[in-house]
Amino acid sequence: MNVKTPSKLEKILASGQLAVTSECGPPRGSDPETITKKAELIKDYVDAINITDNQTSVTRMCSLAACIRLKLMGLEPILQMVTRDRNRLALQSDILGAASFDIHNMLCLSGDHQSFGDCAQGQNVHDLDSMQLIQTVRHMRDEGKFLGGDDIKRPPQMFVGAAANPFADPFEIRVPRLAKKIASGVEFIQTQCIYNLDRFEEWMKLVRDRGLHEKVHILAGVTPFKSAGMARYMKNRVPGMDVPDDVVKRMADTPKEKQADEGINICVESIQRLKEVEGVHGFHVMAIEWEEKVPGIVERAGLYPRPEV
Amino acid sequence: MIVADKKPIEEIIDEIKRHTKILILGCNECVTVCESGGKKEVEILASALRMYFTNNQQEMLIDEHTLERQCDHEYLEEIRDRIDQYDAVLSLACGVGVQFMAEKYHATPVYPGVNTCFLGATEQRGLWTERCQACGKCILASTGGICPVSRCAKRILNGPCGGSTNGKCELSKDLDCAWQLIIDRLKALGRLDDYETVYPIKDWSTDRAGGPRKVIREDVQV
Repeated sequence: MNVKTPSKLEKILASGQLAVTSECGPPRGSDPETITKKAELIKDYVDAINITDNQTSVTRMCSLAACIRLKLMGLEPILQMVTRDRNRLALQSDILGAASFDIHNMLCLSGDHQSFGDCAQGQNVHDLDSMQLIQTVRHMRDEGKFLGGDDIKRPPQMFVGAAANPFADPFEIRVPRLAKKIASGVEFIQTQCIYNLDRFEEWMKLVRDRGLHEKVHILAGVTPFKSAGMARYMKNRVPGMDVPDDVVKRMADTPKEKQADEGINICVESIQRLKEVEGVHGFHVMAIEWEEKVPGIVERAGLYPRPEV
Repeated sequence: MIVADKKPIEEIIDEIKRHTKILILGCNECVTVCESGGKKEVEILASALRMYFTNNQQEMLIDEHTLERQCDHEYLEEIRDRIDQYDAVLSLACGVGVQFMAEKYHATPVYPGVNTCFLGATEQRGLWTERCQACGKCILASTGGICPVSRCAKRILNGPCGGSTNGKCELSKDLDCAWQLIIDRLKALGRLDDYETVYPIKDWSTDRAGGPRKVIREDVQV
């Protein structure tokens, strides 16, 4: 088994088994229990847990500190880092800070624009973009050097991930964009939430046609709907989200008190179908403020117990 | 050109009300083209201010003058013999003009009458949009002639980000996604393959990040 880092996620993917990841959003306060309680709910059902980085540009506990909390629980965090808030100096410094706690996974993102959050009058940084952040962390790990050229004592050992949205615009560059991230050095991908399975399968075919599925581990993103209202919101309001009408209708046709269960059913069925897609190497289950549902979804989808590596 | 927008008149009144003799100084360059600080705007603002101070029974002399350029010593010299007649100058030039004025006439307070906004172009009468952030190292050759530094809200050099929807930016349905424009343009040029070239980490030291900038050209110095 050929792995480059001590990451448990990398080991599972390299062994050819389907990986399962999930995510926790840090609190808008300093209470560590918010994060440890969420993690307790899901820890036995996932291989690694993403910690979001000031998602939707709303100020929260920093991703790195929350990742350290997980690490202290003996869990496997995925440090999300956006290029919105930090320049190359701060990004490299935080990567070293994470590495000092033996955090071995990172997800490189650009981040939502700050105007959506609680600091709309603030500056953004974007010294690097997400692809250049991928290049940066790979350079630090593989060359053992800073961007400035100096040697790093005890370089970080990060398994490097990024996001991909098979549904975003413009469609003709969805696959070239993935190829570009691979060329930058990305090793695993977590996709946008998949509801339009046909279109996702089309994208995967184009990915396979170029052999990209052999160069990167693709984890299919799924998010259960809590209600028909959420399905409509995701369809109409969230940029880059593709929710087909029949999925919205299925939720809307379900009596209100059973909609949450139906949302879980759709999620489990999606995973079952996506397990058969060549090139899908795992799942990223994003149950937004609904972490308690992750174990049931993972179990019903036949992804439990999680492998020991 | 440098695009500027009018300052709210209340803000201007607040600055100049402590004085009694004001020169409103327009500029015949960029701010004339973007209709915020040329001869016409000087006249309109002067009338509005005169009306305000008359209504408030405050004595205020307001004169008008428009220079060919305020970012040039030669033209600023034009007002040397009359500058002492005024308590202050209200300059409708861009921030460069206001500062040049302040540097040249140390003892005369100068107030900005416009907000300097960006380097841009007139898309149509009454609509100006940004095209350049003067980063000091032009990359337009590799982006099909469309600038992601000034036109992408995240100045992403390997875009688009996940927020691009139907060719529009996540910030607004009225704002084109710069990367959609770049991709359309590369396609039109038959160069879509170039999209897959990863743009390397940019040297921002020629941008604002490197501190106040200078261009020195010994070949044209006298």
